[in-house]
Amino acid sequence: MKAAVVQFPGSNCDRDMAVALEKSGADVSVVWHKDDALPAGIDLVAIPGGFSFGDYLRCGAIAANSPICRSVVAHAERGGYVLGVCNGFQVLTETGLLPGALLRNAGLKYICKTVGLKVETSNSGYTEGYNAGAEIGVPIAHHDGNYFADDDVIARLQGDDRVAFTYTDNPNGSRADIAGILSENRRVLGMMPHPERAFEEAHGNTDGQRLFAGLMGQLTSA
Amino acid sequence: MKARVHVMLKDGVLDPQGAAVQHALGALGFDGVEGVRQGKVIELDLADGTTEAQVGDMCEKLLANTVIESYRIEVL
Repeated sequence: MKAAVVQFPGSNCDRDMAVALEKSGADVSVVWHKDDALPAGIDLVAIPGGFSFGDYLRCGAIAANSPICRSVVAHAERGGYVLGVCNGFQVLTETGLLPGALLRNAGLKYICKTVGLKVETSNSGYTEGYNAGAEIGVPIAHHDGNYFADDDVIARLQGDDRVAFTYTDNPNGSRADIAGILSENRRVLGMMPHPERAFEEAHGNTDGQRLFAGLMGQLTSA
Repeated sequence: MKARVHVMLKDGVLDPQGAAVQHALGALGFDGVEGVRQGKVIELDLADGTTEAQVGDMCEKLLANTVIESYRIEVL
């Protein structure tokens, strides 16, 4: 499986993401935001966490309009897999690949802690390694993770089984406790929690490992 | 030509910063502040001949996220 990790000025989880993918068996390249094309044969694009472009204007807004993001959108439109974590989720909503937006946390505070997540669906390459309904612990670290979409969009996400993860104890005011959502074709996942930070024993928690393992299974058998 | 773009969260979108400002005003003794909404103002210096429609395009593509924000263009 070939994966590309996109790096923007201000990305800070790019290395963690690359390590998690490499340790899961992927062949990983890191691409710079000014590159206008992805390397050939990429199966998965991962957009890491951080503070791309200093969160200026809106989190993810400037990154979403960078040259590489046009290629990422084209990759997704061809049916490619895209994983956006934290700032990566914000970038994906700004590109329009995922609906909704991430607002300032309802409590106005930056929150950095491990939170409980409920796996809402096992029907995706990302979540097939979990049982639907399983509860896992994954760290969050964000100031703007309060998921917002209008009632119609929330109903459609729920009705189409596109909510991947919800918070068991909503930390940030997200509507319907949403922590992560899938695209219509279930190949684009955006989530605020960091599975790459719950990947190996040294992290104190390996609940995120199965997300990467599931993805490897999906993309190496494809 | 100059234009000023006012970007506000749409009605119905929770504005926690506005709520915090309202609370702080109350704590300072300013009674009767019944609501606060916080937005942003973006000033653009534009080449002559730039049209308001082009500024509208800038708002749609970058300056505002119309999922959560509304905008108003003021040509100066």
